[in-house]
Amino acid sequence: MSKRTVQFSIYRYDPDKDDAPYMQEISVDLEPTDRKLLDALTKLKAKDDTIAYRRSCREGICGSDAMNINGKNGLACLTDIDELKQPIVLRPLPGLPVIRDVIVDMTQFFKQYHSIKPYLINNDPPPERERLQSPEDREELNGLYECILCACCSTACPSFWWNPDKFVGPAGLLAAYRFIADTRDQATNERLDNLEDPYRLFRCHTIMNCVDVCPKGLNPTKAIGKIKDMMLRRAI
Amino acid sequence: MSIPILKFDAVIVGAGGAGLRSAIQLSEAGLKTAVLSKVFPTRSHTVAAQGGVAASLGNSEEDHWHWHMYDTVKGSDWLGDQDAIEFMCKKANEVVVELEHYGMPFDRTDNGKIYQRPFGGHMSNFGEKPVRRSCAAADRTGHAMLHAMYQRNVKANTQFFVEWMALDLIRDSEGHVLGVTAMEMETGQIVIFHARATIFATGGAGRIYYSSTNAFINTGDGLGMAARAGIPLEDMEFWQFHPTGVAGAGVLITEGVRGEGGILRNSSKERFMERYAPNAKDLASRDVVSRAMATEIKEGRGCGVNKDYVLLDVTHLDPATIMKRLPGIREIGIQFAGVDCIKEPLPVVPTCHYQMGGIPTHYSGRVVMPQGGDMSAVVPGFYAGGECACASVHGANRLGTNSLLDLLVFGKSAGDSAVEDLKGGRAHRDLPKDAGDLALERISAIDNRKGGASVAETRLAMQRTMQDHAGVFRFGDMLKQGVTKILEVEKAARQMEIKDKSKVWNTARIEALETENLIEVAKATMISAEARKESRGAHVRDDAPDTAEFPNGRNDAEWLKHTLYFPQDNKIMYKPVNMQPLTVEAIELKTRSY
Ligand SMILES: Cc1cc2nc3c(=O)[nH]c(=O)nc-3n(C[C@H](O)[C@H](O)[C@H](O)COP(=O)(O)OP(=O)(O)OC[C@H]3O[C@@H](n4cnc5c(N)ncnc54)[C@H](O)[C@@H]3O)c2cc1C
Ligand code: SF4
Ligand code: SF4
Ligand code: FES
Repeated sequence: MSKRTVQFSIYRYDPDKDDAPYMQEISVDLEPTDRKLLDALTKLKAKDDTIAYRRSCREGICGSDAMNINGKNGLACLTDIDELKQPIVLRPLPGLPVIRDVIVDMTQFFKQYHSIKPYLINNDPPPERERLQSPEDREELNGLYECILCACCSTACPSFWWNPDKFVGPAGLLAAYRFIADTRDQATNERLDNLEDPYRLFRCHTIMNCVDVCPKGLNPTKAIGKIKDMMLRRAI
Repeated sequence: MSIPILKFDAVIVGAGGAGLRSAIQLSEAGLKTAVLSKVFPTRSHTVAAQGGVAASLGNSEEDHWHWHMYDTVKGSDWLGDQDAIEFMCKKANEVVVELEHYGMPFDRTDNGKIYQRPFGGHMSNFGEKPVRRSCAAADRTGHAMLHAMYQRNVKANTQFFVEWMALDLIRDSEGHVLGVTAMEMETGQIVIFHARATIFATGGAGRIYYSSTNAFINTGDGLGMAARAGIPLEDMEFWQFHPTGVAGAGVLITEGVRGEGGILRNSSKERFMERYAPNAKDLASRDVVSRAMATEIKEGRGCGVNKDYVLLDVTHLDPATIMKRLPGIREIGIQFAGVDCIKEPLPVVPTCHYQMGGIPTHYSGRVVMPQGGDMSAVVPGFYAGGECACASVHGANRLGTNSLLDLLVFGKSAGDSAVEDLKGGRAHRDLPKDAGDLALERISAIDNRKGGASVAETRLAMQRTMQDHAGVFRFGDMLKQGVTKILEVEKAARQMEIKDKSKVWNTARIEALETENLIEVAKATMISAEARKESRGAHVRDDAPDTAEFPNGRNDAEWLKHTLYFPQDNKIMYKPVNMQPLTVEAIELKTRSY
């Protein structure tokens, strides 16, 4: 890569001084070593320190820097700058209240995550050593436990936009299935009861936006399908 | 100005591995606890740990905590305290098994036990040959661990203050710690958390260097706060450079890659570690491997146009093994080096990774400092664990996987000690009248200054100074100049100016406050490093070379002691290393070789 100048159009809103949000047009010079969108944002911030965004790990594992990039949700730190059409349009994740610039209020997202009891439930007295689990049973958790709670999926999901207070959303449902699928967990029935509701689970209409945007390559739709199957089988 | 006061039994600053582990103890004991974090708990940097957590479970071959203890003492180049090391290695099985019970998705052996892989410096039978001691969840151990501990805290109803930044420690005239001042990032509101016990678990400060495996938020806030409150910092000259950061990007490639069979090669494809560590080879201790790599590069055997990196080769491994055991590494290679490691070797360089020093603690998690005649008197009401603390188990060089273990063991013991002290009757003490003043003054200074350098410029000047003057190899004259330069950076930082004046999510202000903390840590590092005139572990000086009298440049007669740096007047004191374990015999001083 070479030295280059990149054009941005960034959603700006500071409730402390702005009456309404606006788009800021700004450009930045990049070094050959600047590879990811987050590298460019770091440079932009050195130029204009009022631009606010969340970030931490810069390697796609903490889930902080999810935003809407040229119309699609993604992580700034895993997005190659040179693959983006310019001006690069950055907006907050859709469907959640904006606090400032591209920083959104994630309260509703985490509320849904917490609503599925995201912890192992096993009421047997713990053995002295580890509980045993076969490699095959452990394998069932792959594609589920790796979620980084970035919210790219839920904020790309139309069902979540319309009912963020009632529909658990893809991230929460993926987490629910992560515990259902765990051979060490004893609360499958309780977990299914908790989701048996016209909204909590069944608002998912398999639109697959969630799969399309997940930066970790996870497949919430498949997990949701498996939960629906279990409910059906249970009903019979 | 009066500041709102929130009263808790305990306040924990930090919701990474150490903070969450402490929180479990306090919440489950029914104490009213506030956990503050700059980021949502699962975004803490523990999430990035890859390779594993050490415990002598012996799931695949014979192992023993005593062997683990030996390796840790040797790895520390004998600077680690042997009582704390025994305590940690003995507790390892218990805390790792607890994690499994919390639901952590460890990989499994064929008979269903926790999967273990070899890791640098971990050997069987007192240094004989590499042993499988690192308990792993693929190459996402930190992620699996942090999420499992967060989930356990959800179950225990822990009260979190997410995106709150602690600003300063509150101490009264008798030296007791009474809580912290903190700022809610969303509103800019400043509040006092008044507590009977205050636990610091603020993580590392790897961002003092230009090239680092650490997250942006790893800015040493706990150390800065402690320093401003008159608490010394221990062994700050010892920083671990991890052998395998992605060249250019700094992103870490776990040592687990070498544990699974990966090999380091120079420009002529030679497996050069055979020359530096005939026995352990690529799995020698990190300081040894990093120096070997730096030497290869210095002597012209590096790769690439600038000959400035070496290669980490896994192309001889079965792609299925890579996909199963190292899927995250493959992703990192593709994302940050543009290399698929199944087909091509990865470009790597030694990169700043871990701070061995920190806030001095006893292995019970209580913070200690010289008071009266006692070099290690308890600071009442103050506890610390994880990377911000120095127990000291890592001494002059940490073994891989011992840090996740450190945060479990000492996070738990700090929590237990706080519970014990609170149940033992430690009461709320009256807040001093000026309790919030320091924080308010710092904020108002940052908000009102004009004409100084920006935060980005100030931070860069600090990072360049550290990188150039206190890197993998250190030079006496460069360290001396480094001290002058870092004091200049500190002076310039007092003029640092921000343009953002908003109360809402003011990241410029947050970064200015973080930079002040980084500079405290950088100063401590440079001054402590300049003062230690020997080579030991990760601290290697050209003017303390390997000689017959001083093998590896280590000088035990003069320098077998911990550094204590006092920030108020940049003074240094030393305290003895505890060579006396709790129950076993002392591990005698020896020359370190792998
Ligand atoms: C890339 C990488 C890979 C690693 N791999 C391994 C490994 O495989 N095995 C191993 O043993 N070790 C590994 N390490 C080291 C290990 O991960 C860290 O040392 C450890 O996770 C630190 O944990 P902690 O709880 O002390 O801090 P962190 O996890 O960094 O948490 C710090 C917490 O403090 C909070 N905080 C900080 N300042 C403030 C403030 N002012 N106010 C409020 N909150 C604050 C943060 O928000 C965060 O919640 C690795 C390190 C890195 C960088
Ligand atoms: S598949 Fe379901 S959860 Fe995913 S985006 Fe569509 S409606 Fe939402
Ligand atoms: S499922 Fe994917 S997109 Fe959704 S929160 Fe998890 S990591 Fe993010
Ligand atoms: S900064 Fe952590 S995911 Fe991008």
